[in-house]
Parts: sequence; C-alpha cells; structure tokens
Amino acid sequence: MPHDHDHDHDHDEGSALSPIALRVKALESLLTEKGYIDPEALDAIVETYETKIGPRNGAHVVARAWSDPAYKAWLLKDATAAIASLGYTGRQGEHMVAVENTPETHNLVVCTLCSCYPWTVLGLPPVWYKAPPYRSRAVIDPRGVLAEFGVTLPETTAISVWDSTAEIRYLVLPMRPQGTEGWSEEKLARIVTRDSMIGTGLPRAAA
Amino acid sequence: MNGPHDLGGRMGFGPVRPEKDEPVFHADWERRAMAVTSGMDSTGEWTLDMSRHANERIPPARYLSMSYYEIWIAGLADLMTSAGLVTPEELASGRMMVPAKKVRGKLLARDLADVLAKGDPVTRDTAKPPRYAQGDKVRTRNMHPQGHTRLPLYLRGHVGEITRLHGTHVFPDSNAHGKGEDPHPLYTVSFSASEVWGKAAHPQDTISADLWEPYLEPA
Repeated sequence: MPHDHDHDHDHDEGSALSPIALRVKALESLLTEKGYIDPEALDAIVETYETKIGPRNGAHVVARAWSDPAYKAWLLKDATAAIASLGYTGRQGEHMVAVENTPETHNLVVCTLCSCYPWTVLGLPPVWYKAPPYRSRAVIDPRGVLAEFGVTLPETTAISVWDSTAEIRYLVLPMRPQGTEGWSEEKLARIVTRDSMIGTGLPRAAA
Repeated sequence: MNGPHDLGGRMGFGPVRPEKDEPVFHADWERRAMAVTSGMDSTGEWTLDMSRHANERIPPARYLSMSYYEIWIAGLADLMTSAGLVTPEELASGRMMVPAKKVRGKLLARDLADVLAKGDPVTRDTAKPPRYAQGDKVRTRNMHPQGHTRLPLYLRGHVGEITRLHGTHVFPDSNAHGKGEDPHPLYTVSFSASEVWGKAAHPQDTISADLWEPYLEPA
C-alpha cells in the first residue's frame, strides 16, 4: 500500500492513482457536485483525526486516574462523565466504560463484528484492530494474540475480553508501573501507550 | 445475519500484524474515504446500524479480500443508491446525471467540532423496567436472523451472568432495517471462556459482550 502523505489531494496525478483511489476521488467529486458534502468539512474531519483526537486524550485520562484516587473511582463508576470532565466527549465515545487491569486480571478490548473503538480517547483504530486476524482470535486465543504483541502474562492472571457488540466503548486502565512514584501527570501520560489502553500492550517501563 | 463480518473464533487468518508508529491513514484516498463516508452519514438518510448492515451484506469472498476503507466505500455506495441519492450510472461515471435529492442534513466545516463533541447517544428513556438484575444467569438465544443482529454467532446458546446494566438502548436489529429504534434494556453479559470454547480455554478467562434483552432468556 502506498504511503502517500500528501494532503493536497487535488494535485495528485490521475494516472498514478490506484483504482480505489480513482473511485474515491470520483465519488467525492460527484457528491460535491450534487451538494451532499462540503469538501471543507471533509478536510476538517481529516485534520481532526490526524491532529486533535487521538491516544493522547486517553493517556491524559489514564494519567489523571493514576494521580488522583477520587478521579479513578469516578472513572471506574461512570467513565462517560469522568472522561467528559477532561473535555473528551461525543462521536464513538458517547457511552464509555473503563476496565482496570490488576495483578489478577488483564483486560483486552475487541470488536468481533466490525471495528467499534473509543474514538474520543484513542482516535481512529489501527489497521490490525479492524482486520480479521485480531477480530477472530482475540476472543478464542487472547494469550496467543498478546504474545504477538510481545506481552506475556503470568499463568495466574485471568484475561477478561470485552467484545464491543453495542455502543458501549471500552478503555483499559493499565497498571501504573513501578518506579513512577512522584511523577507529574504530564510525565505519566508519556508512558501510556495506545496499545496499553486497548489491552494489547503495557505502559512503557519507567526509565 | 451470519455474514462475513462475524469473525469471533474463526480460524485461518494468520497472525496479528502490529505496525510500528502506524499512521492514522496509509494513503490519501483513505483520508478522503473516511471523510466522505462521515460527511454522507450526516445527510441523516440512514442510521449507523443501517450502515453496519450495508457492510455486512457484501458477499463473503469480496468482504474478506477488501481493505477496511474499501468496505466503507462499498457499503456507502449501497446506502446511497438504496436511499435514491445517486444512481449506479452516476457512481460509474463520477458525474451528476439526475438532480440531487433533498436530504435531512449537511455537515459544514464550521459545525464539525460541535457535531463531533455532541455525538449520537443511543440511550432512550423508557418506562419499561429491565427484566434482569446484576448477578442473574441468562442464556443467549439460539437465533439466526436473516437481518442485522449484534449477537455474535460464537456467543449464541451460551450461559452467562449479567454483570452490568446500561439502561435502555436503541435496538440495532430493528433500527438497521428502518423499523424504528425499538429501544430495549442493554446488559453486559460475562461468560467463562470455557463455557464458550470448551475445556481448552484458560479456566479463569472470561468474555463479556453488551447484549440487548431480546437476545437473552433466563437460565
């Protein structure tokens, strides 16, 4: 797949585009001509999900929960409200649940039926999250899937898999790593990876 | 429907391939495909449940060979032609041949931040109390509807426990077919992995899914 990061799509050479790229270009042009879409609004959508709404939002939530026990309790009781209090609301995060990793239980989030994912806190999902290998195996072979992400858990740790079959969106609250005592919220947020909030990873170790 | 999208527990797709420092989009057409689809969703001519069902209706051999945004574009074409917004000839040529249909809404750049921040909550007020309480044992129905459902195949006919109540939510099995929202209580139901997959599963692992009351019966 070509890695084309040119924002200025109007200047693409038609002859260089793949059939699907040509099809999407023709579709956008048709729908604009018919007045159904506003290309400026489309530019704004792309910009929003490339620069504004992404895993930094979720890392903020996690770092706050690690820093503030009252916030953590609120997050686990009413994640939608607790996350909204930090300014993250709306599309594909209307109904949130946070699930806490502990030494006894590790949480893993999947959508076997499509690609449901908490956009407000994690942005758009990565390709692997939407692809058949992950969607098929996360529920039947979670330990095998975790191994492919380089995560090995103690045999005594139970895995709790959350299949996002409705409009509830899940955020994993990872365990705070040892050696981070006294860290600021900003410093904590930097070790919270996207995958650690899906359950396919762990936070970066404290350096 | 038991379509190609219902992937839980299926085999043969190979390993998961995480990508280091994955970009949000891998090509410019993916940016435009995502944005065009979002823009057209704002016409209000279909529901999210209808758009999911449009993707599920793609024939299995095609669905499984398509990339994610190819699936979105195919589903969108189906929705737009069904709603009478475009003709197949227009889709083929990329040129307007018949006048536009009047639609319910249009997404404008200046409204985007508000539209995204507001979202589209699916909880509904109802006087109907939930039938089940936390801790109740339930069995998922052995049902195989031709239409849209959010009860995955691998979780049908299994006994689980109600672990959380979520209030009353729009029911996709109805809403995907233009038959109204028909809201029902939604529950998180937790199953032991061995109940679903047999003795090979880790004895302590669990699987939870969010299921509407019509999917459940007392156990």
